[in-house]
Amino acid sequence: MHAPDGFLDAPTAIATGVLSAGAVGVAIRQSRQELEDRQVPLAGVTAAFIFAAQMVNFPVAAGTTGHLIGGALAAVLLGPWMGLLVVTVVVLVQALVFADGGLTALGYNVFNMAVVTSLGGWAVFRLVRRVLPASPRSVTVAAGVAGFASVVLSAVAFSLQWLFGATVAVPFDRVFTAMVGIHAIIGIGEGVITALTVAAVLAARPDLVTGARDLGRGAAPRRRGSRRFVLAGLAVALVVAVGVAQFAVDDPDGLERVAEDTGFAEAERDHRFGDSVFADYATTGVASEPVSLAIAGTAGTLLTLAIGGGLFLALRDRRRGHEVSSDSNVAS
Amino acid sequence: MGAGHAHALYVHEHSPVHRLPPEVKIAAAFTFVACVAVTPREAVWAFAIHAVALAGVVRLARVPVRFLLTRMVVVVPFLGVAVLLPFVAVGDRIEVVGIPLAVEGLWGAWNVVAKAGLGAATSLTLAATTEVPLLLRGLERLRVPSVLTQIAAFMVRYLEVVVGEVQRQRIAMTARGYDPRWLWQVRPIATSAGALFIRSYERGERVHAAMLARGYAGAMPPPLDEPRTTTRQRLLAATLPLVGLVTTTAAMLWSRGT
Repeated sequence: MHAPDGFLDAPTAIATGVLSAGAVGVAIRQSRQELEDRQVPLAGVTAAFIFAAQMVNFPVAAGTTGHLIGGALAAVLLGPWMGLLVVTVVVLVQALVFADGGLTALGYNVFNMAVVTSLGGWAVFRLVRRVLPASPRSVTVAAGVAGFASVVLSAVAFSLQWLFGATVAVPFDRVFTAMVGIHAIIGIGEGVITALTVAAVLAARPDLVTGARDLGRGAAPRRRGSRRFVLAGLAVALVVAVGVAQFAVDDPDGLERVAEDTGFAEAERDHRFGDSVFADYATTGVASEPVSLAIAGTAGTLLTLAIGGGLFLALRDRRRGHEVSSDSNVAS
Repeated sequence: MGAGHAHALYVHEHSPVHRLPPEVKIAAAFTFVACVAVTPREAVWAFAIHAVALAGVVRLARVPVRFLLTRMVVVVPFLGVAVLLPFVAVGDRIEVVGIPLAVEGLWGAWNVVAKAGLGAATSLTLAATTEVPLLLRGLERLRVPSVLTQIAAFMVRYLEVVVGEVQRQRIAMTARGYDPRWLWQVRPIATSAGALFIRSYERGERVHAAMLARGYAGAMPPPLDEPRTTTRQRLLAATLPLVGLVTTTAAMLWSRGT
């Protein structure tokens, strides 16, 4: 995900830079109280942890590995603002000390890897927590969903930046489909690891998980409207998935035309994903572009449906199970 | 990525570039990379001048060229993307050995290769000539919020410790015959990541307690002897960005003319 220099054009780099700086400013202000207390060394060591966690490659499939971004994980463990700061520092140090990611690309690198993943991940985490009963189990599930969503959101953010600041005329829909499709797969890994890591921390030191602070106070499980929320969410996911598929499968040449006619291709544009999976993926698409795009769209849709459906079922089962277990918690 | 990783990119030397104040070096590197990034891609000659200018700095800094080139592998994934661009871009196509390639994509690929390569080489030169504490000090003097630089300082200091712990966990796992290859085998990795977080966090608490005991009150003391920046050093540091600026301006005028 670490984009090098010159990957997107200058206005995009500056605009995302301003956005990122603003977000970091707000994060500093928001976490000032905590930081003054005692958390600077803590945040530093946690940043080292995130850096190390990014080094831990996890298997995606035979022979292919992905690595953690860690934004959602940091947000769930430390809270959104501290998480944002910690991942920002990681990206900053990677660019300056390890030459990983360009100096002028810091704007969009920080935005995509720190701001979007920690704030977006936290939002998703809170939403899922709201639906599920208040229990350690649902914190784990919510963290997993947040981890998955953070990677996909990051891919969406990149695609949008591409729309404005690409330096090569690769159409937006092609970038969007490839980017989001691939990151949906990588996101599964991120989600699983985030969930399991949070579960491991919850088991040993539940007090360290900021996202589970409310559990200690024995909050009563909230159930109202949750089924409706899940159903509505599923409907939205379906609409979006089908929409993306239409985009992808619907005569890509026509879209390219539109892109050129509307001056989409006028501005310079270009490309930036460094994930090896993407490389493999797009290579398979070289043989015939429309076909590869159709495959990408269909695969993406099926995947989204599978994940959505699986999540829905999992959430439903968990809820059923928890009506019993949360009662027993209250009793004990 | 073993022990000493945090300083793996530093080349111990005594060159004028090494002696430059860090904030001056960072500013120069940023300006130069920004110039490279906005250079019109058609101006191939401009990239050549950028490269020659940077090579001069590398020479002056006595950073081994081979060291620099091997460290540039960080941009390789993106070069893979660059290779794909001629195939996926739209627009006019030319035939190369019977394969239709998009002209636009070829330019795009060149754009990525040239800019990413020069950018990475610049960052690497900066990292090779500046020790990490100095880099952070330089950032601080450039008005980066001290919260960020302080977190970064702790991060860098404990990076090796934490990374060492990851490796020990990994060795312990492999030694016990566990070598996961599939996503559904990921639980032990994630569990050890959880353990790692708790250990890191608790280490952070201990470090903080130890620092309080030694009189820490929210800020690290400034370095004792900060040499003053001489005019000569400023001029030296300004050379690279100036060359970059002039070249880029010329390239922009040139591309507008054609």
